[in-house]
Amino acid sequence: MAGATSTFPASHRFETRSATRDHGLVRALLLALGLGFFALFLILPLVVVFAEALRKGWETYWAALTEPDALSAIRLTLLAAAIAVPLNLVFGVSAAWAIAKYQFRGKALLTTLIDLPFSVSPVIAGLIYVLVFGAQGWFGPLLEGYDVRIIFAVPGIVLATIFVTFPFIARELIPLMEAQGSEEEEAALVLGASGFQTFWRVTLPNIKWGLLYGVILCNARAMGEFGAVSVVSGHIRGMTNTMPLHVEILYNEYQFAAAFAVASLLALLALFTLAVKSFIEWKSAQKSDPGIRPEESLT
Amino acid sequence: MSIRVENIDKRFGTFTALNDVTLDFRTGELTALLGPSGCGKTTLLRIIAGLETADAGRILIAGEETSDKPVRERHVGFVFQHYALFRHMSVFENVAFGLRVKPRRERPGEAEIRRRVMELLDLVQLAWLAERMPAQLSGGQRQRIALARALAVEPQVLLLDEPFGALDAKVRKELRSWLRQLHETLHITSIFVTHDQEEALELADRVVVMNRGRIEQAGPPQAVYEHPANAFVHGFLGASNILRGTIRDGLFHAEGASLPARNIHQSGGEAVAYLRPHELAIARRPDPAGIPAEIRRILAFGALARIELITLAGRVPLEVELPRHDLAGLALNPGETVHLVPQGVNLFPSAEAGTLPKPVLAKAG
Repeated sequence: MAGATSTFPASHRFETRSATRDHGLVRALLLALGLGFFALFLILPLVVVFAEALRKGWETYWAALTEPDALSAIRLTLLAAAIAVPLNLVFGVSAAWAIAKYQFRGKALLTTLIDLPFSVSPVIAGLIYVLVFGAQGWFGPLLEGYDVRIIFAVPGIVLATIFVTFPFIARELIPLMEAQGSEEEEAALVLGASGFQTFWRVTLPNIKWGLLYGVILCNARAMGEFGAVSVVSGHIRGMTNTMPLHVEILYNEYQFAAAFAVASLLALLALFTLAVKSFIEWKSAQKSDPGIRPEESLT
Repeated sequence: MSIRVENIDKRFGTFTALNDVTLDFRTGELTALLGPSGCGKTTLLRIIAGLETADAGRILIAGEETSDKPVRERHVGFVFQHYALFRHMSVFENVAFGLRVKPRRERPGEAEIRRRVMELLDLVQLAWLAERMPAQLSGGQRQRIALARALAVEPQVLLLDEPFGALDAKVRKELRSWLRQLHETLHITSIFVTHDQEEALELADRVVVMNRGRIEQAGPPQAVYEHPANAFVHGFLGASNILRGTIRDGLFHAEGASLPARNIHQSGGEAVAYLRPHELAIARRPDPAGIPAEIRRILAFGALARIELITLAGRVPLEVELPRHDLAGLALNPGETVHLVPQGVNLFPSAEAGTLPKPVLAKAG
């Protein structure tokens, strides 16, 4: 989780002392470099997305977003996120709990495995599911017998999304829960609380900001995932297209305004995520700063 | 409620934390589990609470076997070294927690909870902090709130794990006498863990000295201090001067002196004497029972003066404590040779001294 920011950051003290202040030229150069890079690689593309999307006017923009295939892509993206995020919430909290609070064999292995989706290319993640559930895959014939379709269908997209977003919540919670230890939980148990009461009243409030942060990041990735989903989707318009895939199809068909219109929705989602993320960081920093100094006297 | 601990064994991997420990804690008594770190005292406390499971043995609370009872059904109060207050709850909610999590049938109403919590906060003299968050309290205040929280569920026994361990010396002393007073009022059977011998001797009705997973001695503070069962207990309870020597003709011979001893169990052979610094008298005249020694340093602050000496025969460093008033009468100077006459010599077999005390299973009660 983001560290707490104190009222007087170290940079403030650093700045005001002549002995540690950088030379004016160095300072200007660093600022120019940082801001220039930021403008060129982050701000400019964002501006381009919105500019291109609105180039043919609001009407075209609106039409691109409300045509049936686009709506279907938006629906599918929301559905995939709505399934993947809650599932990863449960998996993430369980895994973090197990790793932070218990000692068991294979703990190091589990910690490493949680990171696997981060280190594996999303395309490989998609291919794994094709090999397992596809028509020529291990379970392909079996699934076909029951007329269940996973690859080139919605379940495959959901599975791929769950896979690539798995680490976000667990990664966020493990260091937090390890730092907090389990003394408060022990205290709750001794006071007569059941396992569920302990989790609900003690553990959850302590991890809530970290958890929310993880959920936000997980959701952003779930909606924006391209590679893994692209492999298992089959790109069937109106059926198995998510928003990022829809953008690609439109772009390949030279429908630039429509492609950028859908892309602008994803960009808005990213901006919204950033805003919520900063709010959470600010809020949790506030939490960890008690404000009033503890009184050292006993009486 | 009385607590009985029977033949408890506990291992962590290859480390033996507790080795066949049997103890009785009597109703209403405040007992100290005292020992160096790693001696198993905290493990024993956590096993009694149910936070840890013993590999073998049983725990009886009020004569009832509790070994298989889950923690929350044991009705114990537990105070943690680092307080373990719920950081997201106010002081009031921390104390109310034990009442709020009760099953619906037993849960008191909101007004009753309020009354009980305020009563407990009054008891620990912190009612004015009810709305604060734990992060806004000092260490001493937090530990008192932790105590109030533990008492809220009306525990049969109160277990305190190094309750003053994280506090500074001054607050420690204040809390110590405050806890003793509280115990006099409530008379709950209490066990506290400490590695501070002064704390144990001052606070407890009974002291249990532990070492390497075993009980070395158990008894009232006075008895344990004055009649240590072995070299380890003597060494652990207060400062000791250590002299190696031999036993001949009913006397202990060491450093050019022949000393009568309290407890000569052997007819001959090597032995080690433990002498408390305040049990050595300084004499100017030579004495057959006096150890000749040279004064190195005189430290005179406070009520007691400390004198550092070194024996003439074997160059063994010794320490003597005496009231400042007596020091003035003696008019000693560094460099001077004096004779130290021990008032009480505790002898232990030489194999017992040093690092490996012979385990003595002292049964409490």
